[in-house]
Amino acid sequence: MAIVTPQRPEALAPAPPLNAPVRFLRRPTGYTKGIWGWMTTVDHKKIGIMYTATAFFFFLVGGVEALLLRIQLGSPDNTFLRADTYNQIFTMHGTTMIFLVIMPLSAGLANYLLPIMIGARDVAFPRLNALGYWVFLAGGLFLYSSFLLGGAPNGGWFGYVPLTRNLPGHNIDFWVFGLQILGIASLTGAINLIVTVVNMRAPGMSLMRMPIFVWMSLVAQFLLLFAIPVITVALFLLGFDRLFSTNFFNVAAGSDPLLWQHLFWLFGHPEVYILILPAMGIVSEVLPVFSRKPLFGYQVMVFSGIAIGFMGWGVWAHHMFATGLGPVAVSAFSASTMFIAVPTGVKIFNWIATMWKGKITFSTPLLFAVGFVAMFTIGGLSGVTHGVVPADTQQTDTYYIVAHFHYVLFGGSMFGLFSGAYYWYPKFTGKLLNETLGKIHFWLMLIGFNMTFGPFHILGLQGMPRRIYTYPAGRGWDFWNMISTIGSFVIAASILTFIINVIRTRKGPNAGPDPWDARTLEWTIPSPPPEYNFKEVPLVTSRDEFWHRKYTEDDQGRAVRRDTTEDQPVMAGTEVEPSTEAHEGPDHLSADAGHGEGEDEHEPHIHMPSPSYWPLMVALGMPILCYGMIYKTWVVAILGGLWIFTSIYSWALEPATAPEDTPVHGPDTAGQEVEAVPTP
Amino acid sequence: MTDTITASSGSHAEVEPGHPPTATGLTNEKVGMWAFLASECLLFGALISTYLLFKGQSKPGTIRPKDVFDIPYTSVSSFVLLMSSLTMVLALAAIQRGDHRRTRIWILTTALLGASFVAGQCYEFTTFVRAGMNLRVNLFGSSFFVLTGFHGAHVTIGVLMLLSLYSMSLKGKLPESKAETVELVGLYWHFVDIVWIVIFTVVYLIP
Repeated sequence: MAIVTPQRPEALAPAPPLNAPVRFLRRPTGYTKGIWGWMTTVDHKKIGIMYTATAFFFFLVGGVEALLLRIQLGSPDNTFLRADTYNQIFTMHGTTMIFLVIMPLSAGLANYLLPIMIGARDVAFPRLNALGYWVFLAGGLFLYSSFLLGGAPNGGWFGYVPLTRNLPGHNIDFWVFGLQILGIASLTGAINLIVTVVNMRAPGMSLMRMPIFVWMSLVAQFLLLFAIPVITVALFLLGFDRLFSTNFFNVAAGSDPLLWQHLFWLFGHPEVYILILPAMGIVSEVLPVFSRKPLFGYQVMVFSGIAIGFMGWGVWAHHMFATGLGPVAVSAFSASTMFIAVPTGVKIFNWIATMWKGKITFSTPLLFAVGFVAMFTIGGLSGVTHGVVPADTQQTDTYYIVAHFHYVLFGGSMFGLFSGAYYWYPKFTGKLLNETLGKIHFWLMLIGFNMTFGPFHILGLQGMPRRIYTYPAGRGWDFWNMISTIGSFVIAASILTFIINVIRTRKGPNAGPDPWDARTLEWTIPSPPPEYNFKEVPLVTSRDEFWHRKYTEDDQGRAVRRDTTEDQPVMAGTEVEPSTEAHEGPDHLSADAGHGEGEDEHEPHIHMPSPSYWPLMVALGMPILCYGMIYKTWVVAILGGLWIFTSIYSWALEPATAPEDTPVHGPDTAGQEVEAVPTP
Repeated sequence: MTDTITASSGSHAEVEPGHPPTATGLTNEKVGMWAFLASECLLFGALISTYLLFKGQSKPGTIRPKDVFDIPYTSVSSFVLLMSSLTMVLALAAIQRGDHRRTRIWILTTALLGASFVAGQCYEFTTFVRAGMNLRVNLFGSSFFVLTGFHGAHVTIGVLMLLSLYSMSLKGKLPESKAETVELVGLYWHFVDIVWIVIFTVVYLIP
């Protein structure tokens, strides 16, 4: 078997002591299929799909929680949920939707698309990528295991101290350690995607030629890189307070509980942009394709995204106006809060200008994108009102705030993500989603969304506080709460339509590689893409590369389709394969590698990193460690720690490509070595 | 928008010999390590801020920094840690020359200096606890032990990585071509040292 890197330690086969489990768990290879194939995969596309699927599952869970909350609040003096149950469910609803839904959905899309959009064959650290997913799953399940172990977290998604320091039971402990685990997933993902975008761009893919989704995801990953350690510290301090009775948030010992709010929102406000920037990127991809025009003001879009990324660090205290920060701090943060609306407004005008005079096709992805622009504008405007301190002091802790962040996170992020779901679904699966059902989904969701969250503005201005489990009749809140509850079920119906759509189109017609006549590199390869993405690493000559390969301009500057049979030397390797072949999906690499001799035109031998058990193993150790910590069963904690430690060592000693795995031919551009040292 | 590339007609960019075929010319591992260290800056930044905020807020009558700190002792252990950065540089220089014997010597020296620092910290912690200071006693105790403990944990992880390098080198698995692995551990090591300079100044030297 020919291996490209000769210095690779062949001697690893007789496993060193630490590596002993390898004998039982034989190294998975490109031939490993089925459930083990998925559990050991390092393919960024499979990992992206697992992220998306898991996050969608959590979306349904968080949605059911929302329905329970809405049933409880639908009528005054309701007794459907007890106060304590209500606290657990609203805490878990917020935590789930932010950490287990929108973040991993964005991470999943970025995982799948970023490498392809920049013309790479995988991410920079494929095994670290797998680790990110498994740690996310472990963290999510750990958080939800609290329901079975004495009650879920009940201190709200931002867990203000000293309440969370002093609440009895293990509820908050699960929140602290669950978020800590999820932070590791986000951090590894951020490092991986940053290195991928910085380092693995195809020849000619300069920064200012990158698709805008890549740009916005990159900014979001940088925000994660710097925001995660801040909440890690905050959670450590709170965890130490709860486990070891330290004094960080012990007011009796002279501590200042505002520290928690500063640390939390120093993470929490960049987090808002982590949630919205990828959705902005998606919309910026979808609008040009369905308007058949390039994105208006690409450079301005990029720089306003970067500006949002920087300014997002200077507005956190607007979450704390009611705490009495003093006039100077309040004025400064008020100004910065209003000022950050400028780059956001620039984006909104650019999206409108992109559609202006375009040949618009009202397909489902476009509808969701337009829905995003409209709903996000409403949410953004109510956000500016929070920047006005006197108004904010009135609005704080009322349903007006709840209205605002649902308009930006649901009306913004989720609409954007659904736009991306309809847009890229054919790329992921090879099947187009049904347009009629898609449009029913959109209209139900738009109506249901506004019915549910629009009334929150009114309720909030009428003084209905958030986080109350019930309210007395006769305050003028009954009617709008009922409307909101009905609206929430309309949203549920729209999500059901989406699920039916996905199930029904499973056996539908093949989408082909480029169903939307799109502009970016992912549409040059088959749907679903082969494991190695590109047969030949593409040479990029312009922004909207694929569009320029397909179209040229006539004298009047109108787009004219090129003759596809000639004039495209770089397309040689990317020609459309018959879709039946694309069906075999990830299998055809390994199946072909079996004979390892053919120079068949259609079956290139491309060297891909081997699958590995160790990311899964490392992730498994984390809940064990955390259960041990929470219950102060130090034996379990130490065992979990040792498990993680051993797995990291086995991982570090395992070569990125197994010696017995797929043979290599031709230029090896993707088989970069992974992680030589166990980074902590 | 239609700017064309002037590069050669091939589908692969010409790669300079000795440089990885990446867009920046740096390996993925190195860019990744820098990104990780950037993230670590905020971790320590938040911890140091916490210490600074709570430093003067302990209840009167409870233990104070000047009751326990032994600045000459900590200065010596800080010096030991700083010297380990020098030996780390020597280890990297040695492996880049292909001098494996000296590589091992310097890696082991660095690990031993790091371990001495950790041992010194353990001794210091023990002394402090005997003097009546612990995690619970007041805000100073909580924030001091958590901040310096976090740093100590980082040094310990660094020592483990160095010992792993040493054993790899002994088994002949650390050839010259993997000099970058040593460089990456070195980056981490220097970062941990620099953080200590800040912590030592903030915690021990500024009254």
